[in-house]
Amino acid sequence: MLTFTIRRLVLAIPTLLFISLVIFLLLELAPGDPMAQVPLTVPPEVKERMREALGLGEPIYIRFGNWLWQFFVIEPMHLIDVMFNTSLAEGQQRVISWQTRSPVMDIVAQRMPQTLWVVGLSYVVGVLIALPIGIYSAYKQYSWFDQIGTFISMVGFSVPTFFTGVLLIVVFSVQLGWFPSIYDTTLVVEDWASFKLQIRQMVMPVFVLALYNAAQISRFMRASMLDNLGQDYVRTARAKGLGERVVVLSHVLRNSMIPVVTVIALGVPQVFGGAIITEQVFKVNGLGALLINAIQANDLPMVQTLTFIFAVLIVVFNLIADVLYGVLDPRIRYD
Amino acid sequence: MTETGPGTPEAIAALTDALPSSPPRSQWWDVWAQFRSHKGAMAGAMVFLIILLAVIFGPWLWHIDPGYIDIRARNQGPSLAHPFGTDQLGRDTMARMFAGGRITMAVGVTAMLLALFLGSFIGILAGYFRALDGLLMRLTDLFLALPLLPLMLVMVLLFRDPLSAAFGPEMGIFILMVSAIGITSWMPTARIVRSDVLALKEREFILAARSSGTTNSKMISRHILPNVMSPIMVSATLGIANAIITESALSFLGLGFPPDFPTWGRLLFDATDYLQQYPERVIWPGVAISVTVLTVNYIGDGLRDALDPRIRGR
Repeated sequence: MLTFTIRRLVLAIPTLLFISLVIFLLLELAPGDPMAQVPLTVPPEVKERMREALGLGEPIYIRFGNWLWQFFVIEPMHLIDVMFNTSLAEGQQRVISWQTRSPVMDIVAQRMPQTLWVVGLSYVVGVLIALPIGIYSAYKQYSWFDQIGTFISMVGFSVPTFFTGVLLIVVFSVQLGWFPSIYDTTLVVEDWASFKLQIRQMVMPVFVLALYNAAQISRFMRASMLDNLGQDYVRTARAKGLGERVVVLSHVLRNSMIPVVTVIALGVPQVFGGAIITEQVFKVNGLGALLINAIQANDLPMVQTLTFIFAVLIVVFNLIADVLYGVLDPRIRYD
Repeated sequence: MTETGPGTPEAIAALTDALPSSPPRSQWWDVWAQFRSHKGAMAGAMVFLIILLAVIFGPWLWHIDPGYIDIRARNQGPSLAHPFGTDQLGRDTMARMFAGGRITMAVGVTAMLLALFLGSFIGILAGYFRALDGLLMRLTDLFLALPLLPLMLVMVLLFRDPLSAAFGPEMGIFILMVSAIGITSWMPTARIVRSDVLALKEREFILAARSSGTTNSKMISRHILPNVMSPIMVSATLGIANAIITESALSFLGLGFPPDFPTWGRLLFDATDYLQQYPERVIWPGVAISVTVLTVNYIGDGLRDALDPRIRGR
């Protein structure tokens, strides 16, 4: 198992390098010019010097190498500096945003909590809703609960989040006025009143994403339970005289969770990607909004770093899913 | 005394098979029978057909030009002249829904066909030719590890202007959308097709065909491709749903079609600005997208059941 994990870790490195190269080359084609904002009165040779100061005069491979060095060496060093009060990265060039002229990673660190709160919470809520629904509808297959559950999950993943979000805003903030339609990121939670405000503004975005995730996961849970409920070991367990509760919740559930756990792990990065849209609907000032802003402002270092962070998330969670699969199911060890 | 030895007319009559009571049915007839028994899928197929016909023939029956600006009649509610109301420039919402549906459906179907072609091509190559398998599957894994939505946004940013300049604004964005969605959604099809081809290759009829000297291209077109049609058809339905949602999402983020070419996603995006005053305006395009995707998903569900021989006939 350990060798398998290590082998997968080593294999992840070229994958990540290749993805970063793809993103870099794609952005290399971008028509935008960081000097577009500079007044026309600035002479061309000064503009050329400014361009070189941004590192744009170098050939492509040097710039790619520079970016890799900055992202993989200097930024982690800076993180260590902040955490342990050292000065490893002092005076080193970090990845700089063209839009704000400040380090990209600082802005990302500012925006991260909002995304993590909304997205993370909605995923947890979604999983918590999905598992019982999936288990019960498989146990009572073709009952009215199963029919309704299947229909709702079908609706849940057919209706795009940008419509559910807008619909919720229409009903609950325009008509009823229960929840605010815009997520206020400046809100500081310090007492009971502000905590209640925070909860109220999180309800709708969390619900939208949770519904979408729950719809997918409950279908997987149901299918996996159905696969296992027909197996011989279930009949054996019943024949031994075990109670239904023990048979379903400890025998069948434990075996059905194996594929579901990996699906849950694989879904995490997709949720971050999908959250781009939900953040836009509810005006959450998170990573997704940052990416859209950077794309519209032609801020290439920011776009590249953010896209690459999403790619890292995908690769890491794929790895986690693979390793989990091996840990949970001894039949599928790869060594 | 009667002879009952071999050769008598009675014995010959007993040996002949009774004629089958019903004419032989083809595989596709069975599939259709099974599909019909899936209520959700049949209802889905009906509604999808209605939407498709409405979108194709609607503009011929409803004569108002979706781009016609009647500023005096702006922001109107539903009336006989404008059943869905008008928008902030007085354009008729119903005409815009028909026009938007045309573009959305066209993008969905074309992008699905592109993804299907790429996916089946790569899947069959990888499954059939062992030398290509490793390379093509690593490529598939790489594509699956790409952050697709951010990359699609970047692609739109990069190629919107050059393509609009080369093919005109509408055609340029259409090509961009279709290729962006097609290039980023072929991977699941490729994986499923490859695994099916790998299993097919071990079957006896392939061996028989090979021993009678069938060439590789004939083998693929006559023996492999017809037998992997069922997973391809299921991924086709899922592909349409995925393409419609992706196109609407891009339009909703403001990075899809320009405002003068309505699509359902674009109409929804434009309507959110007037959410406080005219909340009903977001409903039409949102419901259209959701219902279309829902019906397509139901069709996919029914198709999956109908094409699975283990379920069929039960």
